[in-house]
Amino acid sequence: MPTKIEKDSVTGQMTTGHEWDGIKELNRPLPKWWVYIFYATIAFSVVWFVLYPSWPGLHGYFHGMLGYSQRTAVDKDVAAILKQRAGYMDRVAKLSFDDIRKDPQLQAIALTAGRIAFANNCQPCHGAGGGGNPGFPALAAGNWLWGGKLDDIQQSITFGIRSGLEDARQSAMPKFGADGSLKPAEIEQVADYVMALFGHNTADTAPGQKLFAENCAVCHGEKGEGKREIGAPRLAGRAHLNGDIRESVVAQITNPRLGVMPNWNSRLDSATIKSLALYVHSLGGGE
Amino acid sequence: MYDALRAPRYNDDVVKKFVIATVFWGVVAFLVGVIIASQLAWPELNLGLSFTNFGRLRPVHTSAGIFAFGGSALLGTSFYVVQRTCRVRLFGGEAVANFVFWGYQFFLVMAALSYVMGFSQGQEYAEPEWHLDLWLTVVWVTYAVVFIGTIVKREEPHIYVANWFYMGFILTIAVLHLANNLAMPVSLFTAKSYNVASGVQNAMIQWWYGHNAVGFFLTAGFLGMMYYFIPKAADRPIYSYRLSIVHFWSLVFMYIWAGPHHLHWTALPDWTQTLGMAFSIMLWMPSWGGMINGMMTLSGAWDKLRTDPGLRFSVTAVGFYGMATFEGPVMSIRGVNALSHYTDWGIGHVHAGTLGWNAFITFGALYYLVPVLWKREGLYSKKLASWHFWISTLGIVFYITSMWVAGIMQGLMWRAYDALGFLQYSFAESVSAVHPYYVIRMLGGVLFLTGMLIMVYNLIQTVRSPVTERRAALAMAGT
Repeated sequence: MPTKIEKDSVTGQMTTGHEWDGIKELNRPLPKWWVYIFYATIAFSVVWFVLYPSWPGLHGYFHGMLGYSQRTAVDKDVAAILKQRAGYMDRVAKLSFDDIRKDPQLQAIALTAGRIAFANNCQPCHGAGGGGNPGFPALAAGNWLWGGKLDDIQQSITFGIRSGLEDARQSAMPKFGADGSLKPAEIEQVADYVMALFGHNTADTAPGQKLFAENCAVCHGEKGEGKREIGAPRLAGRAHLNGDIRESVVAQITNPRLGVMPNWNSRLDSATIKSLALYVHSLGGGE
Repeated sequence: MYDALRAPRYNDDVVKKFVIATVFWGVVAFLVGVIIASQLAWPELNLGLSFTNFGRLRPVHTSAGIFAFGGSALLGTSFYVVQRTCRVRLFGGEAVANFVFWGYQFFLVMAALSYVMGFSQGQEYAEPEWHLDLWLTVVWVTYAVVFIGTIVKREEPHIYVANWFYMGFILTIAVLHLANNLAMPVSLFTAKSYNVASGVQNAMIQWWYGHNAVGFFLTAGFLGMMYYFIPKAADRPIYSYRLSIVHFWSLVFMYIWAGPHHLHWTALPDWTQTLGMAFSIMLWMPSWGGMINGMMTLSGAWDKLRTDPGLRFSVTAVGFYGMATFEGPVMSIRGVNALSHYTDWGIGHVHAGTLGWNAFITFGALYYLVPVLWKREGLYSKKLASWHFWISTLGIVFYITSMWVAGIMQGLMWRAYDALGFLQYSFAESVSAVHPYYVIRMLGGVLFLTGMLIMVYNLIQTVRSPVTERRAALAMAGT
């Protein structure tokens, strides 16, 4: 294409002489400020390369003059915060629950530690304030599966429920429906009775009561009062592990859900677990 | 001036199809965006169904926004621009161009369906499973052949800068796509595969891909669009030819190394993080080169901003581009990133780019293209286009300011310790604290979608308006 260099009348700049579909270009030099800032960012990067871990080689990488390492930096931060807490958390770890509770200031600190540890670790399942969710026990209701004394709670948190650890809380409910020990019609009758224990008006509970006495009472108690030594839930009352509905009762008898809680001793130190126990205990159900 | 009678008849049919697809996918992307923004504010809207779950709809939104809306706009405008700036018809003929259109649309529909049905590779912005990846490879290679073939047979002595950017986009996306999707299918008959890389290597390849999807899809490709439609609409020469060359090469060179800044404070080695951060900072001026050339090309034609709403979109887009490409390097600094990473600040940053830059530059191109392609005198209503502009701009302001506040608040809450040395807030408390900002963000999305629907109406009315004689005469002359 025949092109010609011309002067742009608006800016006084010359064009490059190219033209595409009517588009021309001005032959303007690079803006000075643009070039200088570009050089400045390169200089900044070079300084950064010298100070910090940067270019790799065949054997490892250049570690930088500051000797910076992200891992070390994190370790330092964690150590500093642990050191700050050590003054009181060491005492929480060492003292018995009774002694902690005799020191209101220490107890308040432990409750503060317990509150945030609970919110970040326990709340996703047990709900805000320990209100519970279907399948995840309420902790504020006093309806304990494995006991509501401080030592019981500490034990549950430390080793977990069915966590696979030897010291974990461990029990299993038979699969009455899945293994055929109760027929579907019988399960319905038992469910009628359990719903009555829950406090609902149901049809004739006599056949269910008889089946309950034969199959369930050994763990859940004659009157559905539960048995904490084996974590068998209390059925007489309105707060329930799997919800206050008939379908979930039938499902639980047929093929039970056996909840699992991790052993928190693999993630939290003993002072934090004790703080958690104090906090959970304080939610309204502590014994 | 070239001889109008000797000018070839361009293949505008495929461009028209892409324009329609762009508008369609824009509505889909913004609508799903509003839905998932509402789900974040009110989780009940997940409806408890697997296929309406946020986790499945989110990739529908991102893919519809980036690859369907943005992709259709890029492919369509690249076909329009390359023909006119090379003064030849598309290489390969009509059938091949149509294959690129239908092949690409087929990929998009299948990808969206597969996400909703629960198929995903779990690689962000590369969710489609291996069989769709293979199909996209075929389509993309065909697209590259058409585009580069057209450049090879050009009638112009030089290659226009818009075409360098489009080529950078096409070639790099091909490489990124192949490298990030190297996966072993479980069997020939299942849509499930495992990536060849695992752990931090997989993360590094993923973010090398992810960041350069931003760099080459959303930046280089759209700069190609900018380099044609702004000087065209402003009727002014490009501000600086040298700047266009220097910023092109520095941009493509710097961008490709910046990915590690997505993995600060992770298992990625320190040295890789440092390099990613440094290259992100050096990327600042190369990015701004495009902004300078876009803005300053208007010198002598600033008055057109008052009369041409399309150009107003394009220039505002360049402004948002400049803002986002400054914010990016700042956020890549490891210390800043410690505050911003994993927060909604990142989401706000992305949308400053996608809504402000990508969508606005596309709107500018659409307002320019529709009357030209359908040979109409002009837009049906400049007033409606103005309404679109202000409503969308307000929507973006709602979006990015609410996400700045939400993001910085999250970052500060997560790192706050009380006087005793315990974390002050739980994660759940930071979730409930951002709720009002999630509502504001959703409203910003509603505004943006409203503006889009106004544009759809305006463009449909433009196409329905009669062909003017002047346009018809010009069209016959081949302009």
